[in-house]
Parts: sequence; structure tokens; C-alpha cells
Amino acid sequence: MTGKLVKALSRSALHIVIISICLVWTLPSFGLLVNSFRSRRDIVGTGWWTTLKTPFTFTVENYVEVLTGQTHGKGKAPDSRRSILGDIITGHGLGRAFLNSLIISIPSTLIPVLVASFAAYALAWMRFPGRDLLFILVVGLLVVPLQMTLIPILRLYKGLQLAGTFLGVWLAHTAYGLPYAIYLLRNFFSALPRDLFESASLDGASQFVVFYRIVVPLSIPAIASLAIFQFLWVWNDLLVALIYLGGTRDVAPLTMHISSMMSSLGENWHLLPAGAFISMVLPLIIFATLQPYFVRGILAGSLKG
Amino acid sequence: MGSALFFLTVYLIYPILNTAFISFLGRNSEEFTGLDNYWYVFTNPDMLAALKNNLLWLVVFTSITVSLGLIIAVLTDRVRYEAAAKALIFLPMAISFVAASVIWRFMFEFRPAGMPQIGLLNALLGTLAGLEPVAWLVNTGVNNFALIGVGIWVWTGFCMVILSAGLKGIPLQILEAARIDGASEWRIFWRILLPMMRTTILVVATTMVIIVLKVFDIVYVMTNGNLGTEVIANRMYKEMFNYRHFGRASAIAVILLLAVIPVIVSNIRRFRAQEAVQ
Repeated sequence: MTGKLVKALSRSALHIVIISICLVWTLPSFGLLVNSFRSRRDIVGTGWWTTLKTPFTFTVENYVEVLTGQTHGKGKAPDSRRSILGDIITGHGLGRAFLNSLIISIPSTLIPVLVASFAAYALAWMRFPGRDLLFILVVGLLVVPLQMTLIPILRLYKGLQLAGTFLGVWLAHTAYGLPYAIYLLRNFFSALPRDLFESASLDGASQFVVFYRIVVPLSIPAIASLAIFQFLWVWNDLLVALIYLGGTRDVAPLTMHISSMMSSLGENWHLLPAGAFISMVLPLIIFATLQPYFVRGILAGSLKG
Repeated sequence: MGSALFFLTVYLIYPILNTAFISFLGRNSEEFTGLDNYWYVFTNPDMLAALKNNLLWLVVFTSITVSLGLIIAVLTDRVRYEAAAKALIFLPMAISFVAASVIWRFMFEFRPAGMPQIGLLNALLGTLAGLEPVAWLVNTGVNNFALIGVGIWVWTGFCMVILSAGLKGIPLQILEAARIDGASEWRIFWRILLPMMRTTILVVATTMVIIVLKVFDIVYVMTNGNLGTEVIANRMYKEMFNYRHFGRASAIAVILLLAVIPVIVSNIRRFRAQEAVQ
């Protein structure tokens, strides 16, 4: 009887502890989400929890303002929806920064995944002198702090006029992503059964056909994990963008734009919650829909630069 | 393969060697200055403060992320909503440090005593404990811990997932045998789980150490290293862009590299051992 009681008590203690930890982990983000839908006066004047009672007074004006970089509706003639859309894309608000983040992230994901798959295939299944040494080099480069590379590359970029260009950032992210990408794919490729390759080469298939027809289709899960990891790494990156893109708003990604909003004290304070959520939308969607690949990619790639 | 080799050489190998070389040169790499930059790194008060703060990060951040991750992994292993709870705690890994910093800026927000607090932490402090509000990011007694707290919020989920995978790798028979022998859960944790998970814990802790060495975004965005919160990576950024002293910035980068060399060596060793088995 008492044994049962003790057990029930410790079960409820367990649930209480777990649920409180979950609350501590979720409340900060939830509070920011609520704040992002409150008016400027409310955000500055009271805590977000005071809004959680009827009548609700939520508004999307922060989102409009932060995306377009302009205040809409107040004192001005009401804008048509079309001009808001135009401002989002061409203006100096977060809309432009969102676009820049996409422009930076997509090639910075595709190029390294492509380059790394060829290299990983060669390292796993082709014979050439220095192959093992080369892979040991890749393993060694995995955890090198990318701080070691910033100054020489920035100097190189100044000479080649690549500083402040998207091309410069794509190439840099490609290189920084490669050691991990090659490492992950090479380990996956070399675990594929040898018979596959032997029968294919007996049939007279070339290396490229084997790679394209056999290795890639079998490795889709690994490639997906890698692509998701690399995409999020680039999307969330601040340092590489700061160094190679410099201070111009035209090319700044979301992270740079928001961090400069944060340091310009005061006036943009009410836009920060909406801004932060805009930067989180894509990662959250990826997390929700592709969780298994996402987790695998992050776990394997945590040691990267 | 050729293209990969091109990227690795131009963007990683050449710059590493070049940075090591620049670290022995002056401000604009025009004259040889010997160990001057390293002397600066280990004697300048701002640098020493940064090194000290990284040490604080190392101790507090690493111990809390790893132990909290382990505790959560063990606890959630016993409930049916394990997957959901773990997803919530892992979620911050998906967002940028910049977004995490915005989230916590609002948590830490401070208003002088007597005014309505808009930051949740100070509001709770006032209504639940009746205490004076704390300027979390300004007060030099707590601001480093506030920043470390943000880091912990982001990275604990990572530790939890890896440790949880390690936990599931322990054969159930061993645990059941211990329970039949009448061992308490507490004893099982210390005598069986912990020793059997030693390697996993070591890997996770190493990862956290590397994260700490390179911590940059959180500090850059929240305080920019002001008010005694400087860290090495932010200091390097300042030497590079604010003071334009490339020799010193390079020396700091070299220090970072030296700190991870043991990890590089052990990675290569582990890889060779794996290959030898196959």
C-alpha cells in the first residue's frame, strides 16, 4: 500500500520536473511570439503576459513595418497591398534581408553538397596515391576554427574584388562546409556493399554511371541530412557574413540585419520580436517537417568550424 | 576531387599557414615583430579578461549543458511523451544565435524598481520573490552568467539527444538484472548508467569545449563584449575590424587553433582505429 503511494508520488514528481523543464525551454520563445503581435506602445510599456486576456489586442503592424522598412498606415494615405509587396522586395527592410539570406543560402548549400559527393566517392571507392593521407587531412580540418582563415581570405578577396559580393560568400561557405560534408558522405559511401560496385563494373559501367545510378540514389538520406545541416548553418551564420560582406544593407542577410537593429538602441526595439520570428520561420518549418534528417545532420556536424 | 582540393587548399590550408605567419608580423604585416603579438595576447588587460571569461564559459557552460542534458535524457526515457518533450528542448538548435539573443534580450529586460517590468525574469523576481529587479546584462556580477545561460538554452538539447542515444544503447537486461537484485534507481544511475556512458559523455563534453572556444554570436549581439563580458573570438573580431591590427588578430586565432589541436589529434587517431577494424 505505502509502496504504491510512494511510486505514484515519485511518478508525479517526475512529470512535474519534465513539464517544468519544457516550460522553461518554451516560454522565452512563446513570449517573443506574443510580443511580435503587440503594438509598439504595449511592447515598450508592459510585459507580454498582460496581453493574454480578452479582449485580445493583437496586430500585424510590426511585421509589415519590419519587412518593408517603412511605417505603413500611420498618417499616410493607406497603401494598397501591391505597394507593400513592392516594398518588401525592393525596400531596405527585412524583406530584402530575407531575400539576401535565400540568395546566400541556396548556392552555399548546393555547391558544397555537389563538390563533396564527387570527392567523397573518389575517397571511398577509387584508388589513387595519397588517398588515405587526403582523408586524414579532411578529418584534421573538421574542427579547425574558421577564425584561422579570415584574414588571409579577406585580403585575397580585397585584391580580387570579391569582398562584399555574394559570390565571395558562396565560395567561402562552400569551402568551410566541405570537410564535414566530405567526411559524412565518405563514411556513408564506404559503408555501401562492395558487391554493388563489382557487378556494375563487370557490366562495363563507367565510374560516373556507378556514382550517378547507384551511389546517389542509395545515399539520399545522408545527402538530405547534409543539405539540411549546411542550409541551416549558412542561414543562421553571422560571422562569415559579417567578415566577407562588410556593412552594406543591400547584401546583408537576416542575421546581420537583425543584429544591427539590436545595436541601434531604442528606436527599433518594438520591431525586434517580429524580425526575429521572420528569421526563424524557415528553420522552424524545416525542423517540423524534416526532423529525423535534421537531427542526424546536426549531431554529426556539431564539430564543424 | 580536383575542385574539392582547390577549395580545401585555397580556403583552409593556405590561410592557416598564412595566419600563423602573420601572427609574427606587425599591424599591417610589414615588419617582423617576433613574439610581440603573443606577448600582447597574454598581458593586455582586455585580452586577459577575455581569456578569463572563456574559462568561466568553459567551466559553467560545459558542466551545465552536459549534466542537464544527461538528466533530461534519463528522465524523459521514463515517460510516454518523450519524443515531444525532447523536440521542445532541441528546438533552439534550429534557430540562429542572433534570434536566440533577441528572445533572451526580452527575457532579461530591466526597468528600474517601481516601474512595471516587461522582462519575464524581473517580473517573476518581483511578484514571486518580492526582490528588486536585476539589470542582467549590465550588472557585472551576473552578466556573464546571463550570456552563458543563453548558450545553455541553445545547446542543452544537443547534449540531451546524443546522451539519450547513448542511453538507449545500454542493454535492457543489465538494468533489469540490477532491478531484480533490488538496486535502487539512484544506485543504478551512478553504478551502471554513468560508467557505461563514459565515452558518450566525453564526446559531448569535448564538443561543448570546442563550442565555448569559438563562442562569438551571442556575445557580439547582446553586449559586444562590453561591461566585462569579452570573449576571445569577439576580441579577435575587434582587433581585426575596430583596431585593424592584423598581427594581434592572427595571434588570437593561432591560440584558438592550438587549443583545439588535442581534439584534432584524437579525431585522427579514432578515425585510424576505425579504419583498422574494417
